[in-house]
Amino acid sequence: MSAPLLAQAAPAVRVAGLTRAYGDRVVIDRLDLTIARGEFVALLGESGCGKTTLLRALAGLDPIDGGRIEAPRKPAVVFQEHRLLPWDSLWRNVSLGLPERGARERAAAALAEVGLGGRLDDWPRNLSGGQAQRVALARALVQEPELLLLDEPFAALDALTRIRMHVLVKDLVARHRPGVLLVTHDVEEAIALADRILVMRGGAIAAEHRPPEPGRPAATRATLLAELGVENDLPSA
Amino acid sequence: MTHADHTARLPLPALAADRAQPRARRRPAIVGPRLFILLSWIAPVLLVVIWEVLAQTGFVTPQVLPAPSKVVRTALKLATTGSLLEDLGTSLLRAAAGFIIGGTIAFALGILVGFSRLAEALVDRSVQMVRAIPFLALLPLVIVWFGVGEAQKIFLVALGVAFPIYINTTLGIRQVDPKLMELGRVQGLSTRQMITRIILPGALPSILTGVRYSLATAWLALVVAETIGAQAGIGFLAMDAREFLRTDVVVLTIVIYALIGVAADSVARLLERRLLAWHPNFGGAGR
Ligand SMILES: Nc1ncnc2c1ncn2[C@@H]1O[C@H](COP(=O)(O)OP(=O)(O)OP(=O)(O)O)[C@@H](O)[C@H]1O
Ligand SMILES: [Mg+2]
Repeated sequence: MSAPLLAQAAPAVRVAGLTRAYGDRVVIDRLDLTIARGEFVALLGESGCGKTTLLRALAGLDPIDGGRIEAPRKPAVVFQEHRLLPWDSLWRNVSLGLPERGARERAAAALAEVGLGGRLDDWPRNLSGGQAQRVALARALVQEPELLLLDEPFAALDALTRIRMHVLVKDLVARHRPGVLLVTHDVEEAIALADRILVMRGGAIAAEHRPPEPGRPAATRATLLAELGVENDLPSA
Repeated sequence: MTHADHTARLPLPALAADRAQPRARRRPAIVGPRLFILLSWIAPVLLVVIWEVLAQTGFVTPQVLPAPSKVVRTALKLATTGSLLEDLGTSLLRAAAGFIIGGTIAFALGILVGFSRLAEALVDRSVQMVRAIPFLALLPLVIVWFGVGEAQKIFLVALGVAFPIYINTTLGIRQVDPKLMELGRVQGLSTRQMITRIILPGALPSILTGVRYSLATAWLALVVAETIGAQAGIGFLAMDAREFLRTDVVVLTIVIYALIGVAADSVARLLERRLLAWHPNFGGAGR
């Protein structure tokens, strides 16, 4: 019921008729998508269906072959790999791209938010995978983006760390209220985090789901898995 | 059932042991290198002692190889009453001038070619072709151009320095991780920031490797250049001494060349340790 309200507010990104091809192969085919500010959207889809391609187009990293992308400001991105600069301390990493003035203070605040407040001057190589990804998250959020793009940022983490990251991300997003597009392979992750779950197929958004009502997650999960081509999990109901 | 219980309980102590192990190993690891450094000095010291004994007992005549003690005495005498320090200064000045001139040109050219495809197309092939010539083979030509004065020596050093620095600078810039460059774009870096925050730091390990190599070639170039028509410098000292069969002075100059080579290499290593503290291969502990 809050969805129409969100849709009316100025969106974090509005995509219309987006097309992207590699040579003759059309990977994204007239795709439409709108993400409101403060809205958390998860994007599921079979491997190779074009999720990363879409995200890179939104980030402005790749050219597009058709359609429009309207975003008020530059989005922030967290990649699957942390992509920290090994030659810079954590605070220098987090403040990359910020104006010099007050950079350290802002980086310190962002690092504190992800639970690494005491390690401003530490080196990236002294971090665990989960900590490094938290720094990457801080680096994205310190930009105060209106759109946050996450491309399987937790895929390389162990199950426990991933759950902790879910809690952290949910908390951070609730506080900063960017629009979020999370690309993931993990149906549970999508259900746990998203306000809206999209399934991509054939270069466009093929299905859209609200998160399950409490008590009935099983049905949504089964539907999603079926849409992703995992049939044998379908319950008889 | 009991089996399952055992396996379920086992991992915990095993984990604890895993964690304790590296800490227990660290202590002897500090003693270890020191011991090995000590051990590594045994052979050289022994060699000098044997050399001294052979020379003192007359097994080896002073014309062939003077005793180490004699070389040391010659060094002291030349340093106090002779021109040793002046000659040393002259040589170092030549090396420094050649290094700075050759290094600066090569670094600038390397950066240009590393960044610009156009510059690469215009410059790189020519440089690679000239590089195929062993630079010492150019010596006769260099003498025709510059005579046997200072210019010839500095030019030769600069030439020797230029190639390693040029090659490693372009290589370093090319090898910067494209994923990090992409990150720079995502973070909205300007071109200048891209260069100073991502490309140059990323290329620095390679550039410093080039510096280290070029120090070695600079030295080699200087030794060769100074043996021809020098009026001062360590090489002149050696050539002069050869005419009078002063093997003690000749050996001294060889030792000096070696010492300065070692010193230059240490400076390069120190630079690497300082500037690449973040790098697992150079910096040691992260701090
Ligand atoms: N640089 C490229 N050149 C040519 N084809 C590409 C390129 N990048 C991706 N593709 C193709 O585009 C399609 C979509 O790739 P994309 O990386 O977007 O998939 P994805 O949905 O992110 O997959 P995954 O879930 O495995 O990450 C794939 O079939 C891939 O082969
Ligand atoms: Mg992908």
